[in-house]
Amino acid sequence: MLPPAPALVTTAGGFLLVLSIVVPVAGVLLAFVLGERYVRQVASTVVPVGLAIAFAVLVLLPRSDGHLVYLLGAWPPPLGVALRADGLSAVMLATTAVVICAVAIFAATDFRPQSVEARAPFAFWILLLAIWGALNTIFIAGDLFTLYVALELLTFAAVPLVSLDGRAETLRAALRYLLFALLGSVLYLMGTALLYGLYGTLDIALLSHRVNADSGVLIAAALMTTGLLAKTALFPLHLWLPPAHAGAPAAASAILSALVVKGSFFILVRLWFDVMPGLPGLAAAQLLAALGAGAILFGSVVALRQERLKLLIAYSTLAQIGYLFLMFPLAFGASGKLESDQALAGGLLQAVSHATAKAAMFMAVGSIYAGLGHDRITGLCGVARALPLSVLAFAIGGIALMGVQPSGASFAKELLLQETARTGQWWWAIVLQAGGMFTTAYVVLVLSHALAPSDQPIVLVGPAPLSRDLAALVLALCSLFLGLLPWDSYLPAPSDAASKLFGIDALSKLLLPVLGGAALAILLSPWPHPLGSSAAWKALMRVVGPLRRGCLRFGSLIERGDEVLRQWSAAGISLLLVSLLLAASMLAAN
Amino acid sequence: MNIATVFEIALAAVVLGLAIWTIAVPDTYSATVGFIAYGLLVALIWVRLDAVDVALTEAAIGGGLGGVLLLGAAARLRDTEAMTTEGPSLIVRLSAAILSASIAAALAVTILLLPDPAPTLAPAVVANAGATGMTNPVTNVLMAFRGMDTMLEKVVLLLAIVGVWSLASDQAWGGRPGPRHQADPNGVLAFLARLLPPAGIVVGIYILWTGADHPGGAFQGGAVLASMWLLVIMAGLVDTPPVRSRWLRLILVAGPGLFLAVGLGGLCFGSAFLAYPVAFAKPLILSIEVAMLLTIATTLGLLLAGAPERSAER
Repeated sequence: MLPPAPALVTTAGGFLLVLSIVVPVAGVLLAFVLGERYVRQVASTVVPVGLAIAFAVLVLLPRSDGHLVYLLGAWPPPLGVALRADGLSAVMLATTAVVICAVAIFAATDFRPQSVEARAPFAFWILLLAIWGALNTIFIAGDLFTLYVALELLTFAAVPLVSLDGRAETLRAALRYLLFALLGSVLYLMGTALLYGLYGTLDIALLSHRVNADSGVLIAAALMTTGLLAKTALFPLHLWLPPAHAGAPAAASAILSALVVKGSFFILVRLWFDVMPGLPGLAAAQLLAALGAGAILFGSVVALRQERLKLLIAYSTLAQIGYLFLMFPLAFGASGKLESDQALAGGLLQAVSHATAKAAMFMAVGSIYAGLGHDRITGLCGVARALPLSVLAFAIGGIALMGVQPSGASFAKELLLQETARTGQWWWAIVLQAGGMFTTAYVVLVLSHALAPSDQPIVLVGPAPLSRDLAALVLALCSLFLGLLPWDSYLPAPSDAASKLFGIDALSKLLLPVLGGAALAILLSPWPHPLGSSAAWKALMRVVGPLRRGCLRFGSLIERGDEVLRQWSAAGISLLLVSLLLAASMLAAN
Repeated sequence: MNIATVFEIALAAVVLGLAIWTIAVPDTYSATVGFIAYGLLVALIWVRLDAVDVALTEAAIGGGLGGVLLLGAAARLRDTEAMTTEGPSLIVRLSAAILSASIAAALAVTILLLPDPAPTLAPAVVANAGATGMTNPVTNVLMAFRGMDTMLEKVVLLLAIVGVWSLASDQAWGGRPGPRHQADPNGVLAFLARLLPPAGIVVGIYILWTGADHPGGAFQGGAVLASMWLLVIMAGLVDTPPVRSRWLRLILVAGPGLFLAVGLGGLCFGSAFLAYPVAFAKPLILSIEVAMLLTIATTLGLLLAGAPERSAER
């Protein structure tokens, strides 16, 4: 995507950008002063206002030429700081608002300040609003240092969410997250300082006109990319993600998994596509996508071996993050620049559909956990009868995620597959298909346990408020119907792609991932299935028994590898290696 | 080679040596002491680079308050440290060292290749100083040209407080942070805590006031005030305030709150969000800075005090 020409004036409606940051931040300050008793009221006032602002931006953007600009303090860059919104920003602002809204409804019953012990609600609502403000800043900031401040805001809002319930293991997970995220911040800041030293500006639009292939820029880009990868938890820099996302309360997990990791991913997209589209080179992009492929393999295989549902979803997030990085090599044109808008649109759509689907799935799992008192996958039999709406929300979220038409994931996959054909990179087509199959595998695995009949009646230990299930369900349906929305006014996606979703070949395209996914679930999951005693199962096992044993051994090998990679020493060395490899491949390309 | 160059070379060598020592020494307490000394010497380097604002901040945070925090952590770790198993193997250490060294080398080469003279916005900052009526360029950047960043940074500080407080147990929520300090009322700590704060408070306020035209400002002044407050707390002369206190909450949001309010005033009545009318720019900025001074001093003090541990009554 070509950088927009530096616009030096505030556009009409630009004040909406200021409001989208100021409203959540004002909510944070107000909630902090008013304290435990009113914190939820403040949040329930801010959330609808913020939602309205996001949709106002969405409406206004196509009418003002696809760009909104606001000069803070009326100082034009490079001296001042500009806020800029384009189609990507508008889409992410709206997605964030919708997900935050659903999570707020979901959490309203969980984090109700009761009497004296109001620590968790106080922290949760303030941090929720802070995450919103931070993400909105990330989506519209036009300056690399403002982006750094927003990243800090995001990290400091996200980390305490992990340890909200105060157990020792979640404290450990939060500390791990904090240390690794700060390491990422330092790398990003170092690169920013280098860029200022080279060009005397940090404004994205101005930089995009000034950068050239100095070795300094490439080193800065490598450092910043590595820092952002650490914050996004791309394999093999994922040591903090599984314990943090699985240990947090359900509403917090939904936010962390759906939105927080997308913040640093979005900055990476800005850096590569807007600041320096001509510089990173194909080799570095292939490296990113290779790490993404590693994430899909490790995340999915380890997810299939989890005993606890929340950990399964957390590892699925790891795999889905990998999926986001496949767009980088596909966006390269013949000139060696990142110029394919369609690949970018595909990657961003994938981020949006994962945000909605994964938030819905975490919320559904939270309801199941609250209802059953546990989230062991093998103990899920009969839960579909006891908590039908929760299971339905999980199923629809899962179906949307695995790319069934007309979900956003299927549209994104379609766009990316077309790009693999255009650029002749067939190997990423294989990874894309395999990723879809793996996603299907763990969704099918969970559903096959949840839908199986149970011998004993299920005893619910906790309440299952309808509002929570409905919030999850609406979000899951959003994800499922994302493909039908008119994307072409915001994302450079061809509008006819959506109409192809319902063809005859669509069915055949669906069959492959579903069958492959079911086979993968049978081959890679070590847990006894509720139907395991049936005659058909035994007959099947006689045929595929040796193959399954081999696959299980492969799975345990991958799991052990994942354990090693999540050690501090291994993760630290991976961090250094990734930054050196990125720097070397960028230097080689220029 | 004149005397200044000799001094600079010696300074750089000592800083490098301290850095290596801090990494290499196995004992946490010694590493902490090394790190504090390192922070203070790095502040000297900033002075030599004519970045006095940065030097003040580095000395206050890197050497002073950060040092207190690390010393407290090292004291807590001392009991468990002896029991920990040995660290990573030699191969892991060696490869980490090699990789780090190559990244450091790449950075060094990059910095040596930076354009000279460096492209800079400093002349533009000086040329536009008339808009605020202040001549300290750093203050102008922080408060006017990049006011949004500064405001959001203050929100980050508030979130750090929320994060630290969220570590409290549910029973202690709303109570006073940290342990109740006891010190000999006739001892040297209590003596210092009575002697230093009057002078320290004046110094802190002076640093804020002079920040309009000379190096200094709300952050550096706030750090001085915070250290004075911590001194009296550690001497047991006063107790930390309960986190339930409405006054405390108000002070903690005063800085970003006033900043935001002035910014919104600019959005509604002025030319833009965070734009100051030229006639009132200096008084507006100064009042924001006064509010930020209070917020920063209280925030830094409370960050060091820790999570609420005791109910307010005791």
